[in-house]
Amino acid sequence: MSADNHVIISVKDLKRHYNGEAIKALDGVTTDIKKGEVVVIIGPSGSGKSTFLRSLNLLERPTSGTITFEGQDITSPSTDINLLRQNMGMVFQHFNLFPHLSILRNMTIAPMKLHGLPKEVAEKKAMELLKRVGLEDRANAYPSQLSGGQKQRIAIVRALAMDPEVMLFDEPTSALDPEMVGEVLDVMKNLAKAGMTMVCVTHEMGFAREVGTRVIFMDCGKIIEENTPEQIFSNPQNDRLRSFLQKVL
Amino acid sequence: MIRSRFCRICGIKVTGEEKECPQCHSELPSIVIYDPVKEANLAFIFGLLSILLSFIPFAGIVFSALAISRSNKNSLKTINKKAKTGRTLAFIGLPLSIIGTVYVIMLLTVGNIPLWAETTYTKFIKWLSGIPADFENNFITDSRYTYILKGLGITFEVTIFAALLGIVLGVIVALIRSSYATLKDELNSKFGKWLLKVLNGISGFYLTVIRGTPIVVQLLIAYFVIFISSNNKVLVAILAFGINSGAYVAEIIRSGIVSVDKGQFEAGRSLGFSYVRTMAFIIIPQAFKTVLPALANEFIVLIKETSVSGYIGLQELTKGGDIIRSRTYSAFMPLIAVAIIYLIIVMFFSKLVSILERRLKNSER
Repeated sequence: MSADNHVIISVKDLKRHYNGEAIKALDGVTTDIKKGEVVVIIGPSGSGKSTFLRSLNLLERPTSGTITFEGQDITSPSTDINLLRQNMGMVFQHFNLFPHLSILRNMTIAPMKLHGLPKEVAEKKAMELLKRVGLEDRANAYPSQLSGGQKQRIAIVRALAMDPEVMLFDEPTSALDPEMVGEVLDVMKNLAKAGMTMVCVTHEMGFAREVGTRVIFMDCGKIIEENTPEQIFSNPQNDRLRSFLQKVL
Repeated sequence: MIRSRFCRICGIKVTGEEKECPQCHSELPSIVIYDPVKEANLAFIFGLLSILLSFIPFAGIVFSALAISRSNKNSLKTINKKAKTGRTLAFIGLPLSIIGTVYVIMLLTVGNIPLWAETTYTKFIKWLSGIPADFENNFITDSRYTYILKGLGITFEVTIFAALLGIVLGVIVALIRSSYATLKDELNSKFGKWLLKVLNGISGFYLTVIRGTPIVVQLLIAYFVIFISSNNKVLVAILAFGINSGAYVAEIIRSGIVSVDKGQFEAGRSLGFSYVRTMAFIIIPQAFKTVLPALANEFIVLIKETSVSGYIGLQELTKGGDIIRSRTYSAFMPLIAVAIIYLIIVMFFSKLVSILERRLKNSER
């Protein structure tokens, strides 16, 4: 459980509508994310979990509601979104590594350009991170030469190279071959153990049960149930959650 | 043997003698019985006829075709000897009848064929023997080759500077148009939104007008209307061709930007890069790689397009050749020379482009 109760992200009545009011991807989501928590978001497809995650760093613009990050309302027009995003690492389903840059350059370009790190420092840091995920020998390879699992591990350390306070994972294992899922989950588990605050949209229930400190179940753009993994998986309260768990477990 | 039929309603294939379709019970097309022996006989007869009739030109061609098609209808393994012979005869008859046809046509158009052949031959020999003198007259006398050389220099000058101007304009317009598409909802400042909208409108207008009118008209307007006070024809041509090329370059680059995966943009933004920096570090390098061959092609097109600069009296390569033609009253030499020079330049750059494409393909792996 979290060491202190310091709230990093606070979401209040978040709504995201498309075509006026026709499609409600998010329909009033309220939750707090505390430091050191590993929040796992589960739910059927189209339930708004990805939209919610992407709203947290404003890749998706909310229609209404507020998101507070470190006490600052980030939905207000005066916020510097780019500065905010430097503190929130994001990992995508399809990795989105930069194919024209080497692995090392993929990892150093943001710290060098945004934090102004000298090249040697940035590369040293990148190499340490690569060592952590066991890919230091691929530093000079290009993304197209890596397997899916390797790409996703690189994508995770690329985000970590910016020293973010929160890591957002958008279905990080959904595009992987089954036998590569493990290596990516291991990296994420180690990250959680190291005390990183994580918000993770995933279909890996095992990961949710083992690593998650809190599980959020979403459906139709709303949070249906939110509890510890033990409670969610062994004692689900809501019918919708029960039928969902029956299908996926 | 019954030829297989297809039901007109459900498309099913029927090989037997059924009257109605086994699936939908609709009426089938009538049965066509195919007799290989009969076909082979026909092929033989038509082949023989094509030989016999090859002195009557068109009929020979028709019968050759019939013989070939008849002998083709069966697979060659089951074709009997007769069909094969018919086919062989047809292939001999065909060229014979074609020669006959040509002969008839020449009789009708030229009349006395031996006389025509003789005069053509003497003309050709005369022309051949006149080449050195013609060459000297067209290129050496009065140093006329300088028209070609100077023209070539001006062609290069106009092309290169117009291409540079085109790239600069194209990149600017492409960036305006693609950022309008992605940024219009995200910009906070009202003035920025308004400015982007205005710039996008201007760019759209520019693209429509330039791509909707011929380059010659644009060149004439540039020289006789817009820059009427300028006597620098080279500069006017550079501006006209550059502005023209910019419109095409803009669309090429924009297509490259659009072709980069949206996830790349999101990855850049999620790391904290601003819109401009994401563009500069992540999107543009990838887009540039994909459109480089298309850009090189645009350059090749531009080289050839400059040949219309003669409309404003600019003495580039084409005009140079044309001036020689008007001095010597012989068109062949100077114009063919000009054409060959263009061809060599274009082939050289095409080769460069293909090498470039191969390199880019390799580096992606």
